[in-house]
Amino acid sequence: MPSIQGAIGPTSVAARLASALAMLVLALGLSGCGAINRVPTLEEQAKASWSEVQNQYQRRSDLIPNLVETVKGYAQQEKDVLTGVTEARAKASSVKVDAASVSDPQKLKEFQDAQNQLSGALGRLLVTVERYPDLKSNQNFLALQSQLEGTENRIAVARRDYNGAVQAYNTEIRTIPGRWIASVFYPEAKPMETFTATPNADRPPNVKF
Amino acid sequence: MTYASRRTGGWLAPLLGLLALALAALPVRAAELTFPELTGRVVDAAHVLPEESRAALEARLKAYEEKTSDQVVVATVPSLQGTTVEDFANRLFRHWKIGQAKTNNGALLLVAPTERKVRIEVGYGLEGALTDALSRVIIASAITPRFKQGDFAGGISAGVDGILSILSKDSEEWQRRPEVREDQVDPTQVVLFVVLFLVILFVVWRTNRGGRRGGFVVLPGPVGGGWSGGTWGEGGSGGFGGGFSGGGGSSGGGGASGDW
Repeated sequence: MPSIQGAIGPTSVAARLASALAMLVLALGLSGCGAINRVPTLEEQAKASWSEVQNQYQRRSDLIPNLVETVKGYAQQEKDVLTGVTEARAKASSVKVDAASVSDPQKLKEFQDAQNQLSGALGRLLVTVERYPDLKSNQNFLALQSQLEGTENRIAVARRDYNGAVQAYNTEIRTIPGRWIASVFYPEAKPMETFTATPNADRPPNVKF
Repeated sequence: MTYASRRTGGWLAPLLGLLALALAALPVRAAELTFPELTGRVVDAAHVLPEESRAALEARLKAYEEKTSDQVVVATVPSLQGTTVEDFANRLFRHWKIGQAKTNNGALLLVAPTERKVRIEVGYGLEGALTDALSRVIIASAITPRFKQGDFAGGISAGVDGILSILSKDSEEWQRRPEVREDQVDPTQVVLFVVLFLVILFVVWRTNRGGRRGGFVVLPGPVGGGWSGGTWGEGGSGGFGGGFSGGGGSSGGGGASGDW
């Protein structure tokens, strides 16, 4: 009978089929417990958290022109501080890191440095503002200030979420079985970089007069 | 990576294990904060509210949620446990999952009498209505002046008044509120995949029996979305009957803080 002949026939075919079957069973088993999708799922979550970080930094950046204009109306002589903010904003806007390149430590550091510089410049501006009581009681300025504070807080939350998502993802692709799964099914999966805490970055610098 | 691990042999695995442990240990530090239990819409863990004003607030917030599904929760805590009021409020908000899972329409008024800090933490879905600027106005004009005189019940009540009046004015803008942080599992997807695998298995089995030539390898493609992804609770609306629980909402740090 031809079918028997086929089955006995070349052993390589049988071996191949067996390996295909084993692969299938393995994939089925792994996906059954969700392990096979964990790497891409965690990767997508980390990338989504990264876009949230960028959104919030962008939001801060969008607030700045309005803030600078408002301060200018009351404190024109503070040119240095105002130019400092405008320049730091331009610099920070020029450093863009998309979700695909967050595994590059150099790029993330550049991004972080530029944003920290802007934080510093903004801090100096807000300290300067303390000397202008009229400006401090200006409604527009108060609204801007609370939006800015809110945005700084959202940045902190977004960074924390991003770090958490990246830690989960990095742990997954560095530990077993995620490491095996990644090396077989997702060889392009790379560990991502996290933000490093910057001491006092969230506080405006103290200025003595 | 596989090449490197093969070459370096024994010591890499424990090293990676250690690294993973170190990584896993980091979020634990954040989880060290202990939160009071969500016993109701007013959780007075610092014991600054008289019972009757607590009950009155509770009733108002309950009526408001039944009308609009917005979950507004008031909490007083004896200590911020060394962190900032912003950080504490955000973690508490997420711990309690205030707001409905789909709309994230929650708000938290947190009072820390020991640190003399107050914060309104706003869920993603209410950020458009209860903005940072408006939250700050509520804190500065309604809450802290009363707190300064030691009137916690009055300050909290006035703060809740402010929050509810701003939120209810916005009812016609409900449609514009962004629906974010939604992560639902579609069970049909799971069924579909099981069926698909069974069909493939059957085909392979038939081919094997027929003794046809040519091996083939079937690799499962990545599944969009991923059904291993977690869900934020099932979005059951809390607060009917006696018990109360968060609906599954989350916050990204919107709102404002103040001190007195």
